[in-house]
Amino acid sequence: MRGILKKLSVFTNRKARGLAFVLASFVVIAPLPASALVEIDITQGNIEPLPIALPSFSAEGGDGKLAADMTNVIAADLKRSGLFRPLDPASFIQKNMSVNSTPRFGDWRQISAQALVTGTVIKQPDGRLRAEFRLWDVFASEQMLGQQFYTTPDNWRRLAHIIADAIYERLTGEKGYFDTRIVFVDETGPKDKRVKRLAIMDQDGANVRYLTRGDDLVLTPRFSPTSQEITYMSYGGADPSVYLLNIETGQREIVGNFPGMTFAPRFSPDGQSVVMSLQQGGNANIFKMDLRSRQTTRLTNDAAIDTSPSFSPDGRQIVFESDRGGTQQLYVMSASGGGAQRISFGPGRYSTPVWSPRGDLIAFTKQHQGRFMIGVMRPDGKGERILTEGYHNEGPAWSPNGRVLVFFRDTPGANGGPQVWTVDLTGYNEQRVETPAFASDPSWSPLID
Amino acid sequence: MFMSLNAGRSARWIAVCFAVLFAAACAQTKPDGLSSNVKPGTGQDFVVNVGDRVFFEEDQSVLNAQGQATLANQAKWLKRYSQYTITVEGHADERGTRQYNIALGARRAQAARDYLVAQGVNASRIKTISYGKERPVAVCNDNSCWSQNRRAVTVLNNATN
Repeated sequence: MRGILKKLSVFTNRKARGLAFVLASFVVIAPLPASALVEIDITQGNIEPLPIALPSFSAEGGDGKLAADMTNVIAADLKRSGLFRPLDPASFIQKNMSVNSTPRFGDWRQISAQALVTGTVIKQPDGRLRAEFRLWDVFASEQMLGQQFYTTPDNWRRLAHIIADAIYERLTGEKGYFDTRIVFVDETGPKDKRVKRLAIMDQDGANVRYLTRGDDLVLTPRFSPTSQEITYMSYGGADPSVYLLNIETGQREIVGNFPGMTFAPRFSPDGQSVVMSLQQGGNANIFKMDLRSRQTTRLTNDAAIDTSPSFSPDGRQIVFESDRGGTQQLYVMSASGGGAQRISFGPGRYSTPVWSPRGDLIAFTKQHQGRFMIGVMRPDGKGERILTEGYHNEGPAWSPNGRVLVFFRDTPGANGGPQVWTVDLTGYNEQRVETPAFASDPSWSPLID
Repeated sequence: MFMSLNAGRSARWIAVCFAVLFAAACAQTKPDGLSSNVKPGTGQDFVVNVGDRVFFEEDQSVLNAQGQATLANQAKWLKRYSQYTITVEGHADERGTRQYNIALGARRAQAARDYLVAQGVNASRIKTISYGKERPVAVCNDNSCWSQNRRAVTVLNNATN
């Protein structure tokens, strides 16, 4: 077969998510060294999406619906990123593609496809699925990527996301973010009697699972960067407090023993500590708790509301919001506390800062003249850009590759309520994430690997 | 009058409104609207005849004159009926971010608490909590509702109506 010079076997044990999901083996079929024409520079501002053809994976006499569903999940992931434009299958000239034969590239050039994905998914005699795909550079007439996977049939969706990540990474040079999940607050019932539950879903809105029952008010869940844990605020105890919840075992524990309400928690990048606010009378100060030693450290000490702390990815600094200067503004301090530098100076109020996992940007909510915006600025406060603006946008959280923000958008009035949206760093690609009910406070998981 | 009420206290509010035949006693602060149907020293008495809540300007936790008068009446009542402990709940309107509003609600609860203590209510009887913007009582989309939501509510912990 053309394009296969050597086979690399890479054995990985993905202990993913307690789904008893093991990609037992994952074979990379390496093509010729790339002289590829197809590449996306996603650092550009307004990007023309790459035309990509994704004919339905072949089932070779097996479960055709599963093969089609998998192909659709891959295409939907790529489309939602805003970087790809999956072409209408009705326009395809070459039909019934096999993963084991070289495409008729002329047929794909004719419909202006720049990239082509062929694949197959077959149920093995042992009950497992075997899936294989190849990514082709249509204009160079060569294979860019080929991989083969084995998994259990119930993990077909996850496998589709992993394949979409591989395609995204090969064509953009950036890590993908499709094999990830989002934790959020599910909101049901009338506006003055809302029931709020913690819930988790795949990043595309599939596989929603509820983590609490709704007896207690719960807010601001945040993923651990290193474990299957979230930290969040719950009104279940004597004082509203920050908790940890293991999403596999359901085990729950309070974070620290503070004399008062704690809120606005977030993990450190190494997952070993949690920063949060402690309410002390009319003031809120920021504290850190080491999860191993249980030691707590005060990081701010002033007569103001200091909240929403977020670590830089190197763990050395913390950005937070404070009204110490009169209105909510963003400040950066050392992770051990001490003098803080104000970084936001535009008109309006700035809040809910969150540091990009790449370190290059800080995302925030901004309120100005009755409008609520989501924006980004550099850690020195320069280069502010507003990505979306409207009646009420709040609470950005980063995709693990630092290219997309997830946030919630509220709508006014008695029947209004929050919904989860994403926007990429260009600001041009805004997408709603479907949820079963109203949903707020989304937070992205790290990449699973 | 509130059309939508806090989940935990709806029943009580409805009972109160019936008891006073839609009189002005249903309004929020009516310190002198004494109703003969309400037994003195009860939770109803506190809500109807004293007023259980005070209101704040946008992004503020400063008590206005009306709020101070209500709290002074609350303090007088609480000193007379010393069997009660209270929780002061602080709330914010929906036009802010979640975390900040939790702290802002706490600041409002603290302002009301401090005023009650200054008026002679024993601090050990008072607990505070903030619900931020999570527990609105009015749900329309303008200041007529938001102003009702920016509040500190004094709740009797061991009231028998």
